[in-house]
Amino acid sequence: MSQYSFPDAAGHFGQFGGIFVAETLIPALDELRSEYERARRDPAFMAEYEYELKHYVGRPSPLYHARRWSETLGGAQIWLKREDLNHTGAHKVNNTIGQALLARRMGKKRVIAETGAGQHGVASATVAARYGLECVVYMGAEDVARQAPNVFRMKLLGATVVPVQSGSKTLKDAMNEAMRDWVTNVDSTYYIIGTCAGPHPYPMLVRDFQAVIGEECKQQCADQIGRQPDAVVACVGGGSNAIGIFYPYIDVPGVRLIGVEAGGLGVETGRHAAPLTSGAPIGVLHGERVNLMQDENGQIIDTHSISAGLDYPGVGPEHCHLNEIQRAEYVAATDDEALVAFHDLCRYEGIIPALESSHALAHARKIAPAMSPDQVIVVNLSGRGDKDIPTIARLDGIEL
Amino acid sequence: MSRIQKTFSRLQAAGRQALIPFITAGDPAPSATVGLMHALVAGGADIIELGVPFTDPSADGPVIQRAAERALAHGTSLRRIIAMVAEFRERDADTPVVLMGYANPVEAMGYEAFGAAAAKAGIDGLLTVDLPPEEAAARAAILKRHGVAPIFLLAPTTPPERAQAVARLAEGYVYYVSLKGVTGAANLDVASVAAKLAELRAHIALPIGVGFGIRDAESARAVAAVADAVVIGSRVVQEVEQGEAGLADRLTAFLGGIRSAIDAPRP
Ligand SMILES: Cc1ncc(COP(=O)(O)O)c(C=O)c1O
Repeated sequence: MSQYSFPDAAGHFGQFGGIFVAETLIPALDELRSEYERARRDPAFMAEYEYELKHYVGRPSPLYHARRWSETLGGAQIWLKREDLNHTGAHKVNNTIGQALLARRMGKKRVIAETGAGQHGVASATVAARYGLECVVYMGAEDVARQAPNVFRMKLLGATVVPVQSGSKTLKDAMNEAMRDWVTNVDSTYYIIGTCAGPHPYPMLVRDFQAVIGEECKQQCADQIGRQPDAVVACVGGGSNAIGIFYPYIDVPGVRLIGVEAGGLGVETGRHAAPLTSGAPIGVLHGERVNLMQDENGQIIDTHSISAGLDYPGVGPEHCHLNEIQRAEYVAATDDEALVAFHDLCRYEGIIPALESSHALAHARKIAPAMSPDQVIVVNLSGRGDKDIPTIARLDGIEL
Repeated sequence: MSRIQKTFSRLQAAGRQALIPFITAGDPAPSATVGLMHALVAGGADIIELGVPFTDPSADGPVIQRAAERALAHGTSLRRIIAMVAEFRERDADTPVVLMGYANPVEAMGYEAFGAAAAKAGIDGLLTVDLPPEEAAARAAILKRHGVAPIFLLAPTTPPERAQAVARLAEGYVYYVSLKGVTGAANLDVASVAAKLAELRAHIALPIGVGFGIRDAESARAVAAVADAVVIGSRVVQEVEQGEAGLADRLTAFLGGIRSAIDAPRP
């Protein structure tokens, strides 16, 4: 059996990834890499990370059989990995705990983060409060407007939220501004990147901190279903919840790994955030070489998605690699398809999912009916939908 | 000998330092750029750094971010910028021109295609902020084959071993970023620049230019006392931002003031 071992020492996943940042940041990334290598081998560090996941986050998250929805769809059994039940309401906190512990270990007193939907911002503000760190969160001005509850939540947790007015005023611009802050305050500041993207070692360490999702899932499938799933489905923005559940399955044969990108108004319209599905050319942004939505002159194109957390023109390098070696498949779900799945889960299972996660649900809804009832799909339910309620209400023409 | 080498050896023979202004190509409009380049030379520029605008300028402060937005709004592309330099060369065969920007526009064009077109147009060097030596070996080799100098950054955080890695790849000159921060920041500390340059010079034989945070005659003169070249970016772009009326003359006059401060005899 093949033994998957990426990235290489220089942070490359095949031809993807790497370290494309300004010189000033290179020594900080070197320091982060060597500190992380020490930490992951330090039983005390790993024990604290695991303690926090258990007692603060509430892990393990359940693996739940969505029996009524599966029956309604009339095909495969759909199981949900309930990351929505984590403290702070999404998978993001698995990563922020790991990185905040690293920041503390490195003696950094200030953390910064970028956020789209606000979930990573909330998860960063949360752990900053928990460990007594100063926290500044950069958020595109457009996202500040569409994710108001999360903005207030971050403020309650003591973080400073900085609306970013440049460019398209969304996640990528928030990331630009966070990099500007980091290059200015590199001595005092730890940058908590929220997805498996950015310069090496971020894609690797975010994956490692999120891999707890897949590790638990494997055990739970064995215990509760008696076998591993036929397909694992997860939404892909930068790709951290997807890589977290995929990674432990990469070397397991017979398990399809399906990443669902934001199809927006439809991949054919060009108004989407689906670099892999649309076959976007390879380019360099935010420290990494990945498939990237860009024009013929190498300028980054504005993306569109109903969900702020998926509204990003690139995708983490490991997903680009898994796509290239065809170990994982990447598809898209449109805004409308995600909304249908969102309402399905509310009505059939009593679970209000995040709009991001609804993209993964939408794909499960698409493939389940053609599968047999003894087959199994696991959907990574990456977050809960409380933050999206104002958006949904607005779409239904309701003033809250 | 390349145009960049000729420029530095001429200046060194005269005991002078190079003045390197930066403007963003296509700002305020693509039709203005070539004229502004000549105006910079008239004001005493020895080398011109011509910014290639990018949608996501994560190493730039607000002034150069806005310049990039204006240039992109006019459809300024890398290919158009190469054509601008070819036009500049019709009247100026000597002043080196270095393109400065981010990796992706060059990645999208391809290094081979870029190197060939750049050499043909008379472009002398390329500085991509987000291409550190770790990722640069193959790309720098292509540029060198076309006679385009790969220019690298050094920073206050750069340890001496890395300076050696840069020295192995770099041509033309190296660009020392005077401070931890983005372009246009205002926390320049000349004493620490001097100390760091002394350390770096043990590993780098190429001329060292210093940029970021140089805003006026005084800071330019102070930096010139320790560096081989003085780079002024945001302050020049601010001049462009003041509007097109009389812009070429204003640029010439502004740069002339810096030039005399750098060149004035030192006690
Ligand atoms: C609930 C949820 N799922 C998914 C994502 C997308 O991120 P990633 O692709 O890194 O999992 C986000 C991002 O904000 C999110 O909040």
